[in-house]
Amino acid sequence: MITVESLTRRYAGFTAVDNVSFTAQSGRVTGFLGPNGAGKSTTMRVMVGLTVPTSGSATIDGVRFADLPNPGLEVGVLLDASAQHAGRTGREILTIASDTMGLPRTRVDEMIQLVSLTPTEAKRRVRNYSLGMRQRLGIATALLGDPKVLILDEPANGLDPAGIRWMRDLLTGFASQGGTVLLSSHLLHEIEVIADDLVVIGNGKIVASGSKEELLAAAGTLARSTSPRDLAHALEQAGIPSTLAGDGSVRTDADPARVGAAALTAGIALTELRSAEGAGLEDMFLSLTADTQREGVAA
Amino acid sequence: MTATIISPDTIEAAPARRTVRPIPTTRLVKIELRKMFNTRSGLWMLVSIGVLSVIATGAVLTFAPDTAVTYGNIAKAIGFPMSVILPMIAILGVTSEWSQRSGLTTFTLVPSRGRVIGAKASATFVVGVVSMAVAFAVGAVGNLLGSTIMGLDTVWDVSVAAAAQILLGNLVGMAIGFTLGVVLRNSAAAIVGYFVVSFVLPGILALLALVREWFLDLQPWIDWNYTQVQLFDGATNTGKEWAMLGSTTMIWIVIPLGLGLLSLRRSEVK
Repeated sequence: MITVESLTRRYAGFTAVDNVSFTAQSGRVTGFLGPNGAGKSTTMRVMVGLTVPTSGSATIDGVRFADLPNPGLEVGVLLDASAQHAGRTGREILTIASDTMGLPRTRVDEMIQLVSLTPTEAKRRVRNYSLGMRQRLGIATALLGDPKVLILDEPANGLDPAGIRWMRDLLTGFASQGGTVLLSSHLLHEIEVIADDLVVIGNGKIVASGSKEELLAAAGTLARSTSPRDLAHALEQAGIPSTLAGDGSVRTDADPARVGAAALTAGIALTELRSAEGAGLEDMFLSLTADTQREGVAA
Repeated sequence: MTATIISPDTIEAAPARRTVRPIPTTRLVKIELRKMFNTRSGLWMLVSIGVLSVIATGAVLTFAPDTAVTYGNIAKAIGFPMSVILPMIAILGVTSEWSQRSGLTTFTLVPSRGRVIGAKASATFVVGVVSMAVAFAVGAVGNLLGSTIMGLDTVWDVSVAAAAQILLGNLVGMAIGFTLGVVLRNSAAAIVGYFVVSFVLPGILALLALVREWFLDLQPWIDWNYTQVQLFDGATNTGKEWAMLGSTTMIWIVIPLGLGLLSLRRSEVK
């Protein structure tokens, strides 16, 4: 479990992270979202001790990252796949990391295989790697010590479609085995699929956090019948305010059971009756962060 | 595919924290040594130490007059390239973590930056001592072979004490490079900085001593190149000369290194 408590990081003249608190639970994937420059990366860097917080704290299972005796065995970190010595081979980078953690060398081959780098690719210098290959190498480094917690900044960046699906399965599998995953990404559809919890940050402040279901909770009911007008009228008779949508559906805040009962009383055959879908993560994200968007998107 | 990474027993083990032992310092030193030479540039630095020792020895044997074929002259010829390459190795060992950004991984695997820098210092020291041992050995073989082939008397005119001073001189040079690396944390800046303090600065100080008489007596206490030359000549003998060396070391290594370490430990690794 990752716990962030009233974390603040100020730079000369501006506050990158402003009193941020949240937890990433074990056994769940927590999506960390926010526009560019919102403070996601700074928060993650403070978590792993690369940046000193101005105030507040971040702990991993109650322990400050810097106090972990051998952090690689407990927390897998990928902050920037390009931050590697360009002159080393992929295999060499994994070997150094594995030696630092005190793992057997066989672990290096296992990881190379796991992230689908070929043995020839592993022997190439990182300078010649594509972004996707660097990302795979970074994921391999993070998983090397078989940690219980993963902190990943934009891990899907640059991965091919097969890689993204692989990554999704990997993270869901990791969380279902009791691991903690904190993951930032701009690929909202990806987050929507894999995240259990969401933390949304804008201008250094948390603008929303909670379970995905909670945040994306649907409002109301969508119903269709061969004659939408009659249906809307019947609902009105039953005291249920509704709106007639342009696509011929009828939307209302009442729950589906009441809508169904009202339709039955009026003798109207429904062709469709279900909870209206949530606005979707993208809409939610844009509306939550509207004030902080560079483009000034009116959500 | 996911199933392969996490062994089934970790499910039950998840709540219980594994007993994790701290990373031993010897391991860190070994890793820092490996990191110095597992890149192409690092490898060539190492190779060049051997190659240049041989070339320098060969040059003395080929071009120097017979009377000059002595161990002392060979050692001097080898000493020059060494005194440039060794500090470069010391600089890059530190700065590459920032310039190549590998520090992001290094300092997340070992959050104690002081320990990492300490391990780098130990690795640098080991490289310095081993390189100098290699250089002395190459020079000795060259001296022996050369004088035998040319039918000259083999002249061993470097005392153990002088050899120790040459070694110390090279270690001081590496320490200056290391200090610049810690303070500047940028490969290009630190290398330029090294050439400034070792080639530009002495000229300025010498000029100052020339035009301002009061500085003349002060120069040996401030100019680290002055005390370096004394070391390379094996001429640091009196207590006063050692005190001068102590003074230049304090000014150019101890104080800036201390300040550099303070800022390095607090700074952001980007």
